[in-house]
Amino acid sequence: MTFLLQMIVTGIVVGSVYALVALGFVLIYKSSDAINFAQGEFLLIGTYVCLTLITAYNIPFVAALLIALMFSAVLGFVIERIVLRPFIGEPVISMIMATIGLSSVLAGIVHIIWGHETRVFPKIFSEKPVNLGEIVIAPVYLWSLLIVVVMLVIFTLFFKYSKLGIAMRATADDQQAAMSMGISVKMIFAVAWAIAAIVSAVGGILLGNINGVNASLSAIGLKVLPVAILGGLDSIPGAIIGGLIIGILESLTGGYLDPLVGGGLKEVMPFVILVFILMFKPYGLFGKKEIERV
Amino acid sequence: MLTINNVEVMYDKVILVLKGMSMVVPKGKIVALLGSNGAGKTTTLKAISGLLKSENGEVTDGFIELYGERIDVNDAETIVKKGIFQCMEGRRVFKHLSVEDNLIAGAHTRKDRKNIKSDIQKVYHYFPKLEMLKHRQAGYLSGGEQQMLAIGRGIMAKPKVLLLDEPSLGLAPLLVKEIFSIIKKINKEEGTTILVVEQNANVALSIADYGYIMENGRIVMDGTVDRLLSNQDVREFYLGMGDKGRKSYKDIKSYKRRKRWL
Repeated sequence: MTFLLQMIVTGIVVGSVYALVALGFVLIYKSSDAINFAQGEFLLIGTYVCLTLITAYNIPFVAALLIALMFSAVLGFVIERIVLRPFIGEPVISMIMATIGLSSVLAGIVHIIWGHETRVFPKIFSEKPVNLGEIVIAPVYLWSLLIVVVMLVIFTLFFKYSKLGIAMRATADDQQAAMSMGISVKMIFAVAWAIAAIVSAVGGILLGNINGVNASLSAIGLKVLPVAILGGLDSIPGAIIGGLIIGILESLTGGYLDPLVGGGLKEVMPFVILVFILMFKPYGLFGKKEIERV
Repeated sequence: MLTINNVEVMYDKVILVLKGMSMVVPKGKIVALLGSNGAGKTTTLKAISGLLKSENGEVTDGFIELYGERIDVNDAETIVKKGIFQCMEGRRVFKHLSVEDNLIAGAHTRKDRKNIKSDIQKVYHYFPKLEMLKHRQAGYLSGGEQQMLAIGRGIMAKPKVLLLDEPSLGLAPLLVKEIFSIIKKINKEEGTTILVVEQNANVALSIADYGYIMENGRIVMDGTVDRLLSNQDVREFYLGMGDKGRKSYKDIKSYKRRKRWL
């Protein structure tokens, strides 16, 4: 029983980080209908920048985190401007192909600058495990959960109430009508990319604190794609719930099934679940249905 | 205040839609732009509001001025900021946003954010039905309610000129009447200049001060509403009235009047 709870808690924490990164997919998909395959590299770059600031320049964690986030936002803006702006008005598939190219280029740059050996964050959170009843949790897990929840709340409020958030939802609904309101669609795209880069960086830094940092961290980007699709590519609550589902199932698979088959099943599980759910709900769990008045 | 001078519009660099279109919209008035399908009415509005550029169209000749300042070179956001707001054809409400969020989106370019609450109340005053539906997703509203919402978004932007593209599209006659009387009221109470594009000439001329008739990408006739209403050709081709009042369909085949302006 304790083992089960332990697995579920781990799953919730990892899943919430997935949810955060999936938010980046959702945002870009909502505003421009494209899927960003370079999400994993965004995550990697944000994490490495934060790590370098801490280890090489001895900047305290919180400050380094903020600088890394700012850096990511700028990176998102710049990449949107240089790589994706020319694709506005072109078929979506070209934009998606461009993100695949972008992901290779970014992966190459990361490799050149930071190499490929695994690095670890210096211990930022205390090592003393926290006892919650029978289960034992490392503080880093609790902090991760807290940070993710805070960010998700901030983004939910931002989309619900802020002027820019409403404009972003309006643009996702009908680009031309949004333009006729005086909303700058280019600006909205740029903000979407910047936010996507920020959430990826946060996700990467949290996972980096838990597991260490190397180039394979960018595979999270691929793993999070099922999360986004599962929740429905254009639904923010969907991304959150999808993240938790995949996180928990992955953790349970790792705990119970991997020892039986000799490991590895954990990595495949998200995709198996994805295929299974899409058979019944082709738009994902919370995907936007086209509203048709009859 | 709004002047369109000898404008030519081309789509995809080959299709010439407006061929020397000129018109003037005076301040504080309602101007109706009438014409059949494909005459270029919507293109004219999109040329004014700058939305042409998102459809591969461009103004290749002539100019459009607001208060003597050229606007045909600006992009859509700038033109909205300068005070021209287009309610697009087919309502185009943001389907997944609530009614109130739609209105807030309409006020996107406003600098005086604190007046937005009171302006939302003003929209509800013109369209009381919207207040009851304010938390409803706009996609589930009826056609008439969506049209009200689309015009309400226009009020929220506080434009100097409001461009309305076929507000009667797909609505029941009674509702059309209601919406047009509200358009008139907005013009009177807010002092908004309105340019309304319509196929339903009858109802458009009932509220307008001045009318333009468009065919094949240019203006073929213009005048005050009284003058248009007394013109034989307008009566016959746009209002469906013959010399002796309403015309019966059974006579139409045997006799077709030639338009004199061609």
